[in-house]
Amino acid sequence: MLYRRDHYRIGGVCGGIADHLGVRVWPVRIVFVLLNIAGGLGLVLYVAFAIVLPRRPGADPRSKVPAWVEYLLAALTVLATFALVFDRLPARTVFVPALLACLGGALIWRQASSQQRDMWWRASRTSLLSSPTERGGRIRLAVGAGLVIAAAATVFAGRNVSIGLLQNVLLAVVVTLFGIALITGPWWVSMVGQLSDERRERIRSQERAEIAAHLHDSVLQTLALIQRNAGSSREVARLARGQERELRNLLYGEPSTPDQLAEALRQMAGEIEDAYAVTIDVVLVGDVRLDDRLSALVAATREAMVNAAKHASVATISLYAEVGASGVETFVKDRGVGFVLDEVGDDRQGVRGSIIGRIERHGGQVRIRSTPGEGTEIAIRMDR
Amino acid sequence: MTGKPRVVLVDDHSMFRAGVRAELGDSVEVVGEAASVSEAIAVIRHRAPDVVLLDVHMPDGGGQAVLAGIGGGLPDTRFLALSVSDAAEDVIGVIRAGARGYVTKTISAAELAEAIGRVADGDVVFSPRLAGFVLDAFRDAPVVPSVDPELDQLTPRELEVLRLLARGYAYKEIAAELFISIKTVETHASNVLRKLQLSNRHQLSRWAADRRMV
Repeated sequence: MLYRRDHYRIGGVCGGIADHLGVRVWPVRIVFVLLNIAGGLGLVLYVAFAIVLPRRPGADPRSKVPAWVEYLLAALTVLATFALVFDRLPARTVFVPALLACLGGALIWRQASSQQRDMWWRASRTSLLSSPTERGGRIRLAVGAGLVIAAAATVFAGRNVSIGLLQNVLLAVVVTLFGIALITGPWWVSMVGQLSDERRERIRSQERAEIAAHLHDSVLQTLALIQRNAGSSREVARLARGQERELRNLLYGEPSTPDQLAEALRQMAGEIEDAYAVTIDVVLVGDVRLDDRLSALVAATREAMVNAAKHASVATISLYAEVGASGVETFVKDRGVGFVLDEVGDDRQGVRGSIIGRIERHGGQVRIRSTPGEGTEIAIRMDR
Repeated sequence: MTGKPRVVLVDDHSMFRAGVRAELGDSVEVVGEAASVSEAIAVIRHRAPDVVLLDVHMPDGGGQAVLAGIGGGLPDTRFLALSVSDAAEDVIGVIRAGARGYVTKTISAAELAEAIGRVADGDVVFSPRLAGFVLDAFRDAPVVPSVDPELDQLTPRELEVLRLLARGYAYKEIAAELFISIKTVETHASNVLRKLQLSNRHQLSRWAADRRMV
């Protein structure tokens, strides 16, 4: 990366280029001086580099030349320019007042606080860049255009204005504009840089605001609820688990749509965790789009987990789902009290209706293994 | 393994270390703690513990950096990764770096003590989630020709064991289910871990990233 040098004599350009190329600084300076033979190309290039090249970020630029020398040179340059212009320019009667006005303006600009400058800057921008519907901008534009036309009219109406004089004036104007561009160039460049920095900062702060909003809405609320329910360990566990799930989703969330098996199972496990204050270990291998039969599988799996949460008296339930080449299987396992299937009454909808009946209607199989005192595992399989 | 395993705790949250220390109580002997990668390497070298409980995420590199720092220097010290993260690349990464097991921080104290004991005895510890990740990684994807094809595939028996682990079965329950001894289950599990660490099937390294994009 090419930077201007931090400790410089004129602009730090030659030093910066020398650093970048890994050569000594004197040859670079000589090249710039030699380039001046080609119609001052060296000078133009130097100024262009000084405007365009950035300083190393976080650098503290310092000139090697004493400050008074610089001021002296600047004063000499200004005086020489005055003398030259005053001597050459025919319209000297206009020139001196204009110069004084410019100096006055510059003084006011320097004295103004940065807020005022911002305001002026914005005001001057609105005349050209804002939509012409804005009233202030419209008036300013009209007045400016009127003044320009009036000036042109005056110039051409004066009989004793020769074409030569007009040329001189135009040349002076162009040179002045060029000078102003040179002087304010670095400022423009840094302005553009600042704008893009600002934009980046704005994006970053937006992201921060989003996370802060999430932390506030969800995490702080949960913490408040936990403090209010500190007496009930069941409630605290439920709240903490719900929050954990939400944060996990935010941090490691996998992109998935609700019409996919994995997402449907995850969502369902979350709902059951919330409703019954249990922890469900969800392990999923593979994924597939849901259809009618798989929706039935999800509903039956849900029923199995609700049963485990309600009747098994356990804190943890395992859910494993695998999408294989030949079919989809889910396993719901707990280490709870267990039951004997034959003792479950025919009137109980849960196991017989919602799990076995539903799955068999859709052509799947259910395997229930339960040992009283050791736990239950319900395996549901749906062929593809 | 005779006596209580000597354990070093590595985690950048002192509150968590204190919690684990209190939970484990008398079942292990905590001989050191560390809160950063460099501290961890120094403590582990100095104490040469049986088991290192290793946090996967730390500000200056985490579990993988500690494993890399120790290198092959301590063949008798085993590492058990502990994490709050479910991100597959973290889990697979730390296992491939040499950890002998992976459990989540929500594990109960009794289960953690058991896991430490098992790792200290030279066995491996598969949480259901880790088993699920491995199944996913070795799943039906086509195998590219490789130097050692044996490493790139799981045997049907190993797949069975992994499936049961993912379903939440304990080693004892798996042994009963498959009519094999617990020792055989342990052998299958450590073979799977070895394949996970040594296999060069490209799915393993790229898999985690790929599956997040699906």
